Amino acid sequence: MARDMSDAEIMKMELDQLQKEVKNTREPVSNSAKEICEWVETQSAEDPLIKGVPEDKNPFKDKGGCIIT
Amino acid sequence: MGEVEKMKKEAEGLKTQIEAARKAVHDTDMAAAAAGLASAPRVQLKTRRTLKGHLAKIYAMHWSTDNRLMVSASQDGKLIIWDSHSGNKINAVPLKSSWVMTCAYAPSGNLVASGGLDNMCTVYNLKTPVVKIVKELDAHTGYLSCARFLSYAEILTASGDTTCALWDIETGKQKTVFLNHIGDCMCLALSSDMNTFVSGACDSLAKLWDVRDGQCKQIFQGHTSDINAISVTSQNTSDSCSTEKRQKRASHAVSSFKSASSLMLIFTNITIMANINFFPIGNAFITGSDDCTCKMYDIRSDQEVIGYQDAQLNSGVTSLALSMSGRLIFAGYDDFNCNIWDSLKGEKIGVLSGHDNRVSCTGVPADGMCVCTGSWDSFLKIWN
Repeated sequence: MARDMSDAEIMKMELDQLQKEVKNTREPVSNSAKEICEWVETQSAEDPLIKGVPEDKNPFKDKGGCIIT
Repeated sequence: MGEVEKMKKEAEGLKTQIEAARKAVHDTDMAAAAAGLASAPRVQLKTRRTLKGHLAKIYAMHWSTDNRLMVSASQDGKLIIWDSHSGNKINAVPLKSSWVMTCAYAPSGNLVASGGLDNMCTVYNLKTPVVKIVKELDAHTGYLSCARFLSYAEILTASGDTTCALWDIETGKQKTVFLNHIGDCMCLALSSDMNTFVSGACDSLAKLWDVRDGQCKQIFQGHTSDINAISVTSQNTSDSCSTEKRQKRASHAVSSFKSASSLMLIFTNITIMANINFFPIGNAFITGSDDCTCKMYDIRSDQEVIGYQDAQLNSGVTSLALSMSGRLIFAGYDDFNCNIWDSLKGEKIGVLSGHDNRVSCTGVPADGMCVCTGSWDSFLKIWN
């Protein structure tokens, strides 16, 4: 656990991690963002909390009282 | 120059390189990319159910994959399994330790887990005539802040001992220990394919891990305080659980505290972090922090792409949940409200008001039909 490690050990762990990460490839934000937007847009059409839940299909609809006719 | 000094210098050099690489791909941000989209509609949700039954603060909740049952954990020392449709309680599971910080439902619906200041993750079988403890997973040397089942056989935990761990439930042993954070791990979220997870910690960093090889793949920074909530929007339920706020120093104190009364004092004064949520498409995740902001981090460009903040909001974020499409972020705050954010445009588009105390946990079931909020006021509310 980090709490039991010496400063030198913690520093070594950080350094090892940075040496790995500096090699990662990074994609342009524009590509990722575009894909996320497109995906969310298509899914939004079916998102119950965005399009609303019709009363008769709502399993959480307010439990009504009795109607006496 | 000493060894540590040399390493520090090299580390600084690498950090500069990494920042430069991030800048180089930062050709836009999410708000700009989403500029052409229609604004999300003003969201006005009504409370459909108020679930009463806990006798003290609620710290965590988690939906079952059946979209109907859910588990909640409270300082009253109980887990309650609720039928959200009827509002009825299905089970009340007494806990050996009432200092619970997290709870989780297994995908199969047969098991639930809980843990907290007892440093253990306890797994229970709901299907035996009387709810029974299946296993007590005991190896963390700090509090259990979050747990998530991969299946009936494996569970992931995040702990105040700064590690996360993957456990084999049957043997009760840790298969993999994820060691890289230097602050208490406060939250975790699994990707929908369960090959990766993200963790948030008191060192204000979010880390992306490979579940199988135990390696930390990427580290994300940006928050100026502890990360409380982390959300991966995915086909799974997205949820968050809230805990107490704390300083890094206090966190050390909690882990080594022995006396129950001291624990009680800390437990009521600290705000824990909520979990971290993956975005549904799996390439991004959302975090919420004590610094009063939420952020979306994109994995492929390795950086923050949008922040969710408001000058008037000065309470910490305790919990996060995402709607099914990922367009809506439900963020619980210390100020008793749950604010609704447009995840793409970064605008606040609604609020869920109704709790009389801090919103400590939020969760959206997999079918996205509602959002549940749990609070220190001892109630859970279902909204849609």
